Amino acid sequence: MLANIRHLGQYGIDLLTALGRAGSIWWQAIWRRPRLANAHLVFRQIYQLGVLSVVITVLSGFSIGAVLALQGYNQLVNYGSESALGLGVALVLVMEIGPVVSGLLFAGRAGSAVTAEIGLMKATEQLSSMEMIGVDPLQRIVAPRLWAGFISMPILALMFSVVGIWGSSLIGVDWLGVYEGAFWSTMQDGVDFHSHVLKGIIKSVVFGLVVTWIAVYQGYEAEPSSEGISRATTRTVVHSSVAVLVLDFFLTLVMFNF
Amino acid sequence: MQMRTIEIVVGAFMLAGLISLAVLAIRVSGFNVGAEANTYNVFAKFENVSGLVVRAKVSIAGVIVGQVAEISLDQKSFTALVRMEIDSDVAELSIDSTAAILTEGLLGGKFIGLTIGADESYLKEGAYITDTQSSIVLEDMIGKFLMKQF
Repeated sequence: MLANIRHLGQYGIDLLTALGRAGSIWWQAIWRRPRLANAHLVFRQIYQLGVLSVVITVLSGFSIGAVLALQGYNQLVNYGSESALGLGVALVLVMEIGPVVSGLLFAGRAGSAVTAEIGLMKATEQLSSMEMIGVDPLQRIVAPRLWAGFISMPILALMFSVVGIWGSSLIGVDWLGVYEGAFWSTMQDGVDFHSHVLKGIIKSVVFGLVVTWIAVYQGYEAEPSSEGISRATTRTVVHSSVAVLVLDFFLTLVMFNF
Repeated sequence: MQMRTIEIVVGAFMLAGLISLAVLAIRVSGFNVGAEANTYNVFAKFENVSGLVVRAKVSIAGVIVGQVAEISLDQKSFTALVRMEIDSDVAELSIDSTAAILTEGLLGGKFIGLTIGADESYLKEGAYITDTQSSIVLEDMIGKFLMKQF
């Protein structure tokens, strides 16, 4: 009995310590003397995290848009309102699927890479050597990755939505024969920039921040062995996927006035 | 990879993001800047506006000429006060025009249809349309129909 309570307490203390350490890493990396001279490091990371994720994002966006068009058409055509297909697909993509699925892809494609990279740096004692020669690893290694995730994620989500809508118009208009004018005009009528597009962008910014934060923390705190790095990478993907989905629920709750 | 190449690719990536944003803003959400500047306000009181929403369209002969800007309750007469923003291009609406709340299709949204009168003086900023026709409430119609039957 007492042992169980003790375990619970230990778990709670561990959890709080982890949160505190993650918070302090994030805070120090973001706010400690951001230098313009380090901008090239951020660019390199935007390339690694953002540009290299473009292909997977665009491909998934296209397939999801196309599938939404097929399934949506099948249901809507029963009510003779298949012209609302554009509206439905655009709203779903811009508000939910765009930010969430690109967030999940980003976690799998970029988050895991960041964790593995930083974890290996730690295992080979590159981080401690950096500290030894007076270079702050938080500033040199962690901060550029955090900024890069923060910048890349909304761009990827926007691309995802645009390609998805393009895919759905290709299937819906060109193949299934929805009237093109109605497809776009119901979309423009129903989708509002401030209340739909902007809120989707806010979501994707939050997801980018959280995913890179988890990735960097897991890498920084990884056990310095090959097994430890493998576990840290898995944890990154699992934690950030769950975080994206749970946060999406709460962001929707807060932003869409429930 | 060369730093120069990386910078070019990253620049292209960010540009693609901006283009995506522009596509979403213009093509998808029909966002247009400064649309409020060239409209004028016309008011109308209705007995019942149920189903009408802000941003619903205002049309003449099926052509969209403006939108509903505000719906409020007139505390004196307890009727609904609707503020409409009409495009300035459509300036010559005669003062005895009528406004009716109509339904788009069988299940579509409500909108305001204007029918032009014969008077030679025109509605100006802040003018009231006096002749109005409220939205049709399905329950009321069914009620009346049943009353006639029995």
